[in-house]
Amino acid sequence: MGLNALTGSRVRERRLALGLRQADVARGAGISASYLNLIEHNRRRVAGEVLTRLARTLAVEPEALAEGSEGALAVSLRAAAGEDGGAEVERLEEFAGRFPGWAGVTAGLQRRVEGLERAVAALSDRIAHDPHLSLALHEVLSAVSSVRSTSAILAETEDIEPEWRARFHANLHDDSERLARGAEALVAYLDGSEQERAGGGVASPEEEVDGWLAARGWHLAEVEAGGDGAAAIAALSSGAARDLARAHVMQAQADVAALPLAPFRAALARLGPDPLVLAAELGGDVVQVMRRLATLPGAPEGLVICDAAGALIFRKPAEGFQPPRLGAACALWPLFAALARPMAPLEARLEMTGRGGRRFLARAWCQTRHPGGFGGVEVRAAAMLLVPEPAAGGGPRALRVGPTCRICTERDCPARRETSILSEAPGLRG
Amino acid sequence: MVARHAMLIEDEPNIAEAIRFLLRRDGWEVTTLGDGGVAEARVREQRPDLVILDLMLPGRSGIEILEALRATPDTAGLPVMMLTAKGQGRDREAAERAGADLFMAKPFSNAEFVAAARSLIRA
Repeated sequence: MGLNALTGSRVRERRLALGLRQADVARGAGISASYLNLIEHNRRRVAGEVLTRLARTLAVEPEALAEGSEGALAVSLRAAAGEDGGAEVERLEEFAGRFPGWAGVTAGLQRRVEGLERAVAALSDRIAHDPHLSLALHEVLSAVSSVRSTSAILAETEDIEPEWRARFHANLHDDSERLARGAEALVAYLDGSEQERAGGGVASPEEEVDGWLAARGWHLAEVEAGGDGAAAIAALSSGAARDLARAHVMQAQADVAALPLAPFRAALARLGPDPLVLAAELGGDVVQVMRRLATLPGAPEGLVICDAAGALIFRKPAEGFQPPRLGAACALWPLFAALARPMAPLEARLEMTGRGGRRFLARAWCQTRHPGGFGGVEVRAAAMLLVPEPAAGGGPRALRVGPTCRICTERDCPARRETSILSEAPGLRG
Repeated sequence: MVARHAMLIEDEPNIAEAIRFLLRRDGWEVTTLGDGGVAEARVREQRPDLVILDLMLPGRSGIEILEALRATPDTAGLPVMMLTAKGQGRDREAAERAGADLFMAKPFSNAEFVAAARSLIRA
């Protein structure tokens, strides 16, 4: 909100600063609440008698609400003064007139505070809606509470009995261990990297399996050798994660049977990495070939596979591409265009939004299965293979896509479904 | 003088132990419970002077227990301190509506905690 903010915005700002409800202000000014709402969102012009009445209700001069930088300055300064009564609000104009520089700085700080408050609100909203994050934070907070009370007891109780002291020391040790684990899990969770996330109690079963696969470089050598990975699966912490890993291994076994490693590599060397060409040569379906390509040892490709509902059921990240852990992905991914057009190849150059802006060649394909025959249901799976490309430098025009709206910085995206917590924070950009 | 009796319902054993120690030093008799499921019955049976209730409990949430206590005349006026964690704004609002007398946000200072407990039975 800059100095050129609109009158309606200033009315809203002032009302919120006073902690008043729209209905109350509307009644005071003799207009309907819905009309005030339109004014506040700058959908109706306000001037003359209504403006005067609104200003009176909000205890400001009409000029402070009207267009013009001075009015906006006054509004920000009033907001900065707050309700404490410490600032000489009645001498506000004198202040702004005599010390325009200081007044500007103060108003700027106030706007920054408001921006940060919105950012904090957006982040706490994220915490409230992200069960894993909130659980991890709660764990850390509990351990911190215990450490604080216990250490204060040890520090402040001079005549503490030896057995109590020993007990509290043990508790402290316990809690510090727990704190270390909790902090690690939290960092790994927020990091968004491929670090091992399992075991911290933070990970969902999907994340735990993703971490388990990442630790193996997404290549299951034991399955290639004819094994079933049972020993490795047993180390996963939750039953749900073990079930997911088992399903993954069964699929890998089918992939290995259909496309054995040695002939697959030979065909790849001879024909190149086009999944359609490879599928035609080797048999096996295209999704299977893509999975095989992305899970070769050390493969740099990212791969996402979704079901007919668009839910990601396979998420292999690539450098500069991190599929979302929660909620739906970016609607612009060619993956979803392919989902709507089974058996039609789709190729696009992508550039990731945000810092880094990595480029990929995306190849997407949707495969249908009818396990119940003509009378049964259709099962769709769409896959998108992301082949890293050199950084932008005047290359061909690329489609800009994000991971998911919430953490995407793209402005004016026609496919945006949700406000970004990043663009919510203009104050953070200075 | 008969010791003031506090019933502490908190599932974090180390926090519970620290609180128990603090209140005992301050002359309280303290009963601790780690499960929300049996809390209401125990409160009704033992009639403590003060209930200290964690918001997030296994078995039954702190808010549900509080609502149940407020619903019958004999425990409607029982002093209840709610332990909350920072960041649980919405739950806290719900607890406020349910009739908690005081909130203590974790992590708390020991002195504040003891003073808060005393203030609730003096009032």
